[in-house]
Amino acid sequence: MAAVIDVQGVVKRFGSTIALDGLDLQVEAGEVHAFLGPNGAGKTTTLRVLLGQLRIDAGHMTLLGRDPWADAVELHKDLAYVPGEVNLWPQLSGGEVIDLLGRLRGGLDPKRRQRYVDLFELDPTKKARTYSKGNRQKVALVAALASDVPLLLLDEPTSGLDPLMDARFRQCMHEYRETGGTVLLSSHILSEAEALSDRVTIIRSGRAMESGSLAQLRHLARTKVVATVERMPDALAELPGVHEVTVDGQQVSCQVDPAGMPALLSVLADAGVQALSSQQPTLEEVFLRHYQGGEDG
Amino acid sequence: MADSFAGTGALVRLALRRDRLLLTLWILGFAGMAGFSAAATVGLYPDEGSRVQAAEIVNATGALVALYGPVYDPTSVGALSLFKLTAFGAAITAVLFVFVVIRHTRAEEEAGRLELLGAGRLGRLAALSAALIVAFGASLVLGVASAGSLIAAGLPVAGSFAFGLGWAFTGIAFASLAGVTAQVTTGARAGRSLALIAVAVAYALRAVGDVASGGGNWLSWLSPIGWMQQVRAYAGDRWWVLLLPTAMAAVCVPVAMVLRSRRDLGAGLLTDRAGPSQGKLSSVSGLAWRLQRTVLISWAVGFAAFGFLLGSISDSVTGFLDSPQAAEYLQKLGGTDALADAFLAAELAIMGVLVAAYGIEAASRLHGEEEDGHAEVLLATSVSRGRWAASHLVIALMGVAGVLFVGGLAVGLGAWVATGDPGQVGALAVAALSKVPAAWVLTGLLFLLFGWLPRAVPVIWGVFAVAVVVGEFGPLWDAPQWVMNLSPFVHSPGLPAPNASLVGLVPLTLTAVVLLGLGFVGWRRRDLTTP
Repeated sequence: MAAVIDVQGVVKRFGSTIALDGLDLQVEAGEVHAFLGPNGAGKTTTLRVLLGQLRIDAGHMTLLGRDPWADAVELHKDLAYVPGEVNLWPQLSGGEVIDLLGRLRGGLDPKRRQRYVDLFELDPTKKARTYSKGNRQKVALVAALASDVPLLLLDEPTSGLDPLMDARFRQCMHEYRETGGTVLLSSHILSEAEALSDRVTIIRSGRAMESGSLAQLRHLARTKVVATVERMPDALAELPGVHEVTVDGQQVSCQVDPAGMPALLSVLADAGVQALSSQQPTLEEVFLRHYQGGEDG
Repeated sequence: MADSFAGTGALVRLALRRDRLLLTLWILGFAGMAGFSAAATVGLYPDEGSRVQAAEIVNATGALVALYGPVYDPTSVGALSLFKLTAFGAAITAVLFVFVVIRHTRAEEEAGRLELLGAGRLGRLAALSAALIVAFGASLVLGVASAGSLIAAGLPVAGSFAFGLGWAFTGIAFASLAGVTAQVTTGARAGRSLALIAVAVAYALRAVGDVASGGGNWLSWLSPIGWMQQVRAYAGDRWWVLLLPTAMAAVCVPVAMVLRSRRDLGAGLLTDRAGPSQGKLSSVSGLAWRLQRTVLISWAVGFAAFGFLLGSISDSVTGFLDSPQAAEYLQKLGGTDALADAFLAAELAIMGVLVAAYGIEAASRLHGEEEDGHAEVLLATSVSRGRWAASHLVIALMGVAGVLFVGGLAVGLGAWVATGDPGQVGALAVAALSKVPAAWVLTGLLFLLFGWLPRAVPVIWGVFAVAVVVGEFGPLWDAPQWVMNLSPFVHSPGLPAPNASLVGLVPLTLTAVVLLGLGFVGWRRRDLTTP
């Protein structure tokens, strides 16, 4: 099956501001795809482009094989969206909103609805005016999960949830994936992405910086190597892909790109390595490298 | 205690920053309208004889007295110039300052912005105090500017100040009242509606009182809008009457402050009841109706009451119009030649103008729903842009027709009760419907703005104000015909007068259809805006 979401070189401008600057994004069927980036990177704009709420200026994209702008109404039968900032009608009760949104999407299963209302401990009789941010988010989540749709677009869906509800949300995501559903999950919570997603796309300034599985992404960052050697090698700092070399007596530490690892190891072996430790980059380091501008990795 | 007001100054500056353009335009509009009216009347009735005659016609005409109030001194050029603006202008001033106060109190609270500000060094009463200071200050500026414009038009200084301050104190009284209603409800919309209902009731009370007795009876004195008339600018200048709105403010302001200091942020006196856990709503039209029904029903009830009142006094207007000058004056007031029918036509014309405001308000929900982020949620479901827009537009367009029909029917019933003649009930209901296309033109214009330039949607109220002023005062000011033609209201047939031309309905309807169509084109192409 083709990619559920296929975005190629999409450009979206707001006046002189460029929100999406040649974005590429591929989400395969059945995966949970985390969409990560700092504030203002273009995550929400991407989701709104995919929903046909914004018109793109250049590029090409399909959603479930169709045009998100032209076929919006048909497409929306097969997806549910949870906005980052859930705004509800203050005079309607949570239950009314859930049922309305479900029906507008083509119906919702009463049993599932009840299950998710209970799971998220939502009081559906309260007026939306009185809900907290987290509770409004729960309303949108229940409405989305209770509809039987193959695709979920979630924009920072847990930003208002407490840790217990966050755990319940993760449980829902696992269940949803079991049933073969596809999720595009915009987030800036790394542990969430790590726990839930199969693949990750990192976006900065409207452009995808990296895309791949977590293992692949880790691979892109430098590993920290600390070695105790018999004699200090001369050319360590000149090796390609080796950075930040510091020497302390017999101990040498450095950062190394994945490509530079074999050369480094052979130099260290020649130098009579006695002890060696290497530290994989944390996900934070992967992201920080991409989030912070100006540094070339 | 002083802590309760901490930060008021900063909020005053914030409010002035947000409203500087709007308030300036409104104040200039009021001052300009007053000055133009005075200058035009002076030109139209240069000698006292013609003025007295015109004033006596007004005073003998129940419909005009009900709509505008009497001319208190027929020999005074000021009283004649401004009789149409006295109560009417006071009502618009009241509406303006209700909007200003709610906008800076409950609306800010509902939007959550006061929560943000309140976490700083901000007293509990700061927002309310700042809103009232801005409203009071702007009222006074409006009053003084209007007085200046009247003096410049050649009217006596004392009377001009009495008139301007009359408007100013009406604004102050209703701003204070809005300060109270802002505390009562949790929703800004409901708080505003409560205060606006008070404005409507005040207007109706003085209408009944003025018709019952030439100088107004006790009902007129119950009405803050009646007070404006009782100041009798240019006809005695009774300054002491200004004490009444001052007293009203002196009561309302402390009440509002006590209510505010006792309640929680975000809470009202009327608390939200629990709603159903399962919803019946299943379509965007159902949702639109749910969101709009209260407003629509309120308008229909208001029109029914207003129409019945006007209908029931329509028989008191016949039998005194013989002179050509009188007929000419009536024509300039917007009516046609045929006596009682002319008065009914004038009443229906007023309804036609008012209902256009309903159409704009109802269709503006589209803009509001988009700004509030509700459209984003709906359009992410399987709802097309066209269907969603239509859900609110249909209510606006059909609501205009429905409200007018109810109003026309009520005028007919009122006339039936007064005259015992049921013959006009149907004819008046149909005549009222002839005002529909003009209102639709403004609804269509709003949708055009919404479709292409959503940020410019509020401009529609300025267009509405200009259309009203041109339609209402253009003839009096001898405005050029092409200027008059810009107002859709000018093209509405003057039914139920027998010789009224229906020709205007065709271009009006076509214009409305074209505007709506163009609006759809823009709306289907443009980006959705986010809150």
